Amino acid sequence: MNGAIPAWHGKIAESDLQPICQNVRDGGGRLVALWGSDRRATQQGFVLHTLLVNETGLVCLDLPLSGDHPAYPDISHIFPAANRMQRAVYDLLGIYAHEGHDHRKWLRHGAWHSGSFPLRKDFDAAQSRTGDLDSYPFVQVEGVGVHEIAVGPVHAGIIEPGHFRFSIVGEKMLRLEQRFGYTHKGTEKLFESMTLQQGAKLAGRVSGDSTVAYAWAYAMAAENIANIAPPDRALWLRALFLERERVANHLGDLSYLGNDVALSFGFAQFWILKEQVLRNNAALFGHRYLMDSIIPGGVAVDISTEGKRVIELECAMLEREVRLLRSIYDEHAGVQDRFIGAGCVAPQLAAQLGLCGLAGRASAQAWDTRVQFPCAPYDKLDVQMATYRNGDVAARVIVRFDELFESLRLQREILVNLTGGGELAIPLAKLPGNGFGVGMVEGWRGEVTMAMHTDAQGNLARVHPHDPSWQNWPVLEHTVLGNIVPDFPLINKSFNLSYSGQDL
Amino acid sequence: MYQIIKQIIKTGIKTETAPQPDEAMRVVTQRLQQQILDVFGRALAIRHVDAGSCNGCELEIHAVNNAYYNIEGLGIKFVASPRHADMLLVTGPVSRHMETALKRTYDATPEPKLVVAIGDCGRDGGIFGESYAICGGVANVIPVDVVVSGCPPTPNAILQGILTAISAQK
Repeated sequence: MNGAIPAWHGKIAESDLQPICQNVRDGGGRLVALWGSDRRATQQGFVLHTLLVNETGLVCLDLPLSGDHPAYPDISHIFPAANRMQRAVYDLLGIYAHEGHDHRKWLRHGAWHSGSFPLRKDFDAAQSRTGDLDSYPFVQVEGVGVHEIAVGPVHAGIIEPGHFRFSIVGEKMLRLEQRFGYTHKGTEKLFESMTLQQGAKLAGRVSGDSTVAYAWAYAMAAENIANIAPPDRALWLRALFLERERVANHLGDLSYLGNDVALSFGFAQFWILKEQVLRNNAALFGHRYLMDSIIPGGVAVDISTEGKRVIELECAMLEREVRLLRSIYDEHAGVQDRFIGAGCVAPQLAAQLGLCGLAGRASAQAWDTRVQFPCAPYDKLDVQMATYRNGDVAARVIVRFDELFESLRLQREILVNLTGGGELAIPLAKLPGNGFGVGMVEGWRGEVTMAMHTDAQGNLARVHPHDPSWQNWPVLEHTVLGNIVPDFPLINKSFNLSYSGQDL
Repeated sequence: MYQIIKQIIKTGIKTETAPQPDEAMRVVTQRLQQQILDVFGRALAIRHVDAGSCNGCELEIHAVNNAYYNIEGLGIKFVASPRHADMLLVTGPVSRHMETALKRTYDATPEPKLVVAIGDCGRDGGIFGESYAICGGVANVIPVDVVVSGCPPTPNAILQGILTAISAQK
């Protein structure tokens, strides 16, 4: 495939799926995403799409399946992260993973009944409605002194909804089981009724805190199908937006990590810095979180010479202030006592479970799309990857600090390269028919992926956004084992995963 | 400790003036008596409920807690349970999977209670509209007093919406 990220795309037979996955796994590769599509209208049955990554690039596998009883061999014993993805594929399309050991529903609660599948083209929303409450078979832990704490979906803080079931003995967590899908908004179905431009807005709202990463991944997938490259200036601006999104989110997380260990000084200070970044975004680009700034074909907003000056001053201010605050965090005995050793993921476990993104890099998983597959303009930026081995809350804090400073450096480099004028976008009204494109962007949380299929007329036939939270949520279940309940909010915050991004 | 105190003094007070209530945000006529509103006006407890948002509105609700907007300085705070709350701050669109949880949260909130719907999605479902997975705006599920539009609304607009709900109708 031609595109910003090196990718290979091909059709495979059912018997090839497991061996190819095993092969990629043995070579140190990972599973990125798994989704299905309904092509019965063109007599092609169903198709299962598997997206893998190894050190040379992306591998997109299409496995054609029968239209009557679509099924494929389980791959969750090769990639544990596939478990929830396989269950979601069944809930949405009725494509079944045989040999799998866990067939519980995942995204489906009571909104549609078990015999109907929303992403099938003949899905009848009115006929599928149920008033059923969700009943879900949690795994029970039994023994003397074991009790359960059920939390959610409405949580005690200002966070997204999800359910956590803790099995506790004394203060120690013996088991955590997550139940998500509460924010399922039918996002993938909605894409299918949208134009390319409407879809870009929706892509920016899959997970609001990563709006730039999603909008870019969506644009990249569309440009991949159209086989075009956006103007140079647009690419530099996209990178500028992405790094600003990373800075804003890392500042916010460092604020709340301070708050969660009762250092309200840290909360106040980092929030002041984040607010200044957001205000500059609003003043320069018209939106505090840069929503809708990236469009297929380019970008929607430009930067002026004065704007560049504002960002230069902001970078200098942040560099100075964050350095000072970091030294305060580092030297604060109470803070370090809570950070060090809490919620530890050893590198071996991280590799086994496929932990990715920021949390992965804190557990020695050296994956960063900007480094491995540097699409323009990252090919000219030489991004320094931040990695650490300890895998605890302290390590995830250090990675955030390191990446923050690197993002400030990158923003300055980008500003130097943003010279003169030039086009902001090339028109991209309609895509070619029967196309397939993929986009992958290293958002602040991890790799954000977007897969796009067009029908014969070039309309959006299937769009699959994929959040790194799919990979990382299950790891959190392992991370908390043996930790005490009061450390859960801290550990959870140190990952800061998206609910909306995985509930779709 | 010296560094912390020095930084606090250097930072100074960032808090800005709170916005004035805006009657345009009110969607029903005032339901509560002046006397009750006077009490709420000095100590309001809010329970936030994410009924299916993309988490964009949550970012801005967090922001009203920062030093610039300083919502706690106005006597308003976020609480951990609807049973402690006077007001529900609900972000949408309301997903069908959150419909029951939202209704139960509303029922668990003691009377008199106020509801403020946040964002374009909280208003009418926004870009997500109504579908097999979405009930639409918050008002389709529970009664709403004030709506704050925006994608996401600014922290100032959110603060304004909250203050409108607890102010007497003009």
